[in-house]
Amino acid sequence: MRHLLSTQDLSRPDAVRILDTAAQMAATQSREIKKLPTLRGRTVVNLFYEDSTRTRISFETAAKRLSADVINFSAKGSSVSKGESLKDTALTLQAMGADAVVVRHQASGAPHVLAHAGWLDAAVVNAGDGTHQHPTQALLDAYTLRRHLSGTALAAPGASGPDDAAARGAGLDGRHVAIVGDVLHSRVARSNVHLLHTLGARVTLVAPPTLLPVGVQTWPCEVSYDLDATLAGDTAHGGPDAVMMLRVQRERMSGAGAGGGAFFPNPLEYSRKYGLDARRLGLLAEHAIVMHPGPMNRGLEISAQAADSPRAVIVEQVANGVAVRMAVLYLLLAGSDEAEVAGAPAAATAPLAAPVPTVERVPAS
Amino acid sequence: MSSAATTTYVLRGARPLGGEPVDLVLSGGVIAEVAAVGAASPTDAVVVDATDLVALPGLVDLHTHLREPGREDAETIESGTRAAAAGGFTAVHAMANTTPVADTAGVVEQVWRLGRDAGWVDVHPVGAVSVGLAGRQLAELGAMADSAARVRVFSDDGRCVDDPILMRRALEYVKAFDGVVAQHAQEPRLTEGAQMNEGVVSAELGLAGWPAVAEEAIIARDVLLAEHVGSRLHVCHLSTAGSVEIVRWAKGRGIDVTAEVTPHHLILTDELARGYDPTFKVNPPLRTAADVEAVREGLADGTIDIVATDHAPHAREDKDCEWAAAAFGMTGLETALSVVQQTMVDTGRMTWADVARVLSAAPARIGRIDTGERAQGRPLEVGEPANVTLVDPAARRVVDGAGQVTASTNTPFQGHDLPGAVVATFLRGRATVLDGAPVEAAEAQGVRA
Repeated sequence: MRHLLSTQDLSRPDAVRILDTAAQMAATQSREIKKLPTLRGRTVVNLFYEDSTRTRISFETAAKRLSADVINFSAKGSSVSKGESLKDTALTLQAMGADAVVVRHQASGAPHVLAHAGWLDAAVVNAGDGTHQHPTQALLDAYTLRRHLSGTALAAPGASGPDDAAARGAGLDGRHVAIVGDVLHSRVARSNVHLLHTLGARVTLVAPPTLLPVGVQTWPCEVSYDLDATLAGDTAHGGPDAVMMLRVQRERMSGAGAGGGAFFPNPLEYSRKYGLDARRLGLLAEHAIVMHPGPMNRGLEISAQAADSPRAVIVEQVANGVAVRMAVLYLLLAGSDEAEVAGAPAAATAPLAAPVPTVERVPAS
Repeated sequence: MSSAATTTYVLRGARPLGGEPVDLVLSGGVIAEVAAVGAASPTDAVVVDATDLVALPGLVDLHTHLREPGREDAETIESGTRAAAAGGFTAVHAMANTTPVADTAGVVEQVWRLGRDAGWVDVHPVGAVSVGLAGRQLAELGAMADSAARVRVFSDDGRCVDDPILMRRALEYVKAFDGVVAQHAQEPRLTEGAQMNEGVVSAELGLAGWPAVAEEAIIARDVLLAEHVGSRLHVCHLSTAGSVEIVRWAKGRGIDVTAEVTPHHLILTDELARGYDPTFKVNPPLRTAADVEAVREGLADGTIDIVATDHAPHAREDKDCEWAAAAFGMTGLETALSVVQQTMVDTGRMTWADVARVLSAAPARIGRIDTGERAQGRPLEVGEPANVTLVDPAARRVVDGAGQVTASTNTPFQGHDLPGAVVATFLRGRATVLDGAPVEAAEAQGVRA
């Protein structure tokens, strides 16, 4: 891996390697001293063209726990019309010697351009681009799913917690994940469809037809307009092992404000047909979990009962996000540099150096 | 005749429309003689070895963005018309979306005069349909028609005349001077924020979709309006299979509609958006392989009347950025003929005579520049204006944007190996291109109009 731009670029071994590395990273985070020296002397730039406090903090935490120097670059506005162009910003970061650039941008494909236009040598990590991809979100979702849907966690529902030992090396073969909500505008949905498919899971997208893209029929997933039927197992895939609720932008998407272009009549109707409430929670299998990438609209796509239920792993997703982002930064920046890992203090690197394989530098497609 | 080239040229062994070789003698601004090979030997003539070269009537582009006035950093009338000559053109229609907009007699006359002074091709300004391209109020169509520029083609190109009553009025009004409304068919509400063709690729890339129906709905409405008021309609750069079907239906009903396709829509598809390279961002967007096949078929069977370049030069910074921030458009004057050869001639779907029709005679007729002193799109016959393009169909060349004549580098064919090369272009007997390179007027000893 040279960059992480899209989950479509990840092979199954790539994806499993990232998840296994994330598990090792997570294990270090229960220690008294959480900081590893692995990326000492490296510079990670968080280049955020959109406000996203939670994603930025997650990447910042991940980089700092690996001892990287972190620079936060908040660049509002788009190129040409307002402010500095993406190209000039990239050249500036290049001149400052950034080793990795974590980019969040409102334009789909902006990270791809940063990675391939020849402006920058740094590894580029896509932290969400327009309505295209958000690969670390999908990876943390897959990581969370794998902990809860592998081995004993699944065999004895409710009896044991997440099973990290059984998860190692595993995919999500045969598991069924329902992704519910605004698929059309969701980079989270796009990233998850491809990654979960790569890992062997079956995916059902559930949304009103207005919130599904033309062309969705070519994606490796099923599509349903009926949340109740999907939750009740009345689909080709049976009932879901996990339900992932997507955020719906209330103001932009409905009612008078959106005019004739509204995607649904009003929030109440959306909630009635596609919201996860207490009744729908009861349709789920006993072991099934509830996920949300955040931030949630309580009362719109998810009710308080669902968000706060024991099935909800939403807070855990946030914690897993740090481990997954540590793994990604580690594999991009240090994964191919054995000498540097070996040279770090033994106590800290021991759990990492051995099992983490060398990552080949394969150009992203 | 206001033009009189002083040099006499003998185009030895040229094949008019790909037919049997002859000698074409260009003298006094007209085709003076068509003789057997080697038979023509006027005194003091410059002999051009045209063995194995196809002779076409000078090409006519109905859809060119010359960017002047306003965006001289992307192209000027001088650089754009020089590029046109290099591409084999002897006339271009300059689109109205300049700054200021070509919506008054003053602006169209300025463009016309600058084109005449440059002398590379005849520049026929297109007038805006509405004031400022705003789609609210008719521009002074009559004044532009009566000006020195003699405007006959009116278009808000870049924007659609979406208001049905404004479109109706424009269609009716231009009948008074045999004008035509050239519609950029794009329903605005269906394409708000649209970035690329809506389909499988847009769904994956997360780029806002531009549905085919946004084009087709406007074309369907406009052909019905044209039928109702008995007016002439021209459809700019149609790009979808459905649009071809609608135009075919309209022509079958006897509606007076003509249509154009761009070279890029004859060959490129939306798959090219996958690299997020804004070179491939264009309006209308690149469509699917099925659409490409449909427009080729439509061009071959005459449903689509002409190929027009929609040459849209852009300053480098407007393309050297993320997709959503980039400008729409690609250059085309210097690659159009090659693309038509590759997609239509080399595939056996069209003859060189068909090429002369779709790139010269028909666009000249639609623009009403096929008669009079400066007639274009005429047959290669004795007494006709000496507007001739010599093409080497056996040549191959690798396109390099930086090496092109146009001032901009946004060619979608960078690095492509294309067939065919323009060897020479003559505008009323003046060589504007010889040996594949533009010839300054002084060098050619030709006389400007």
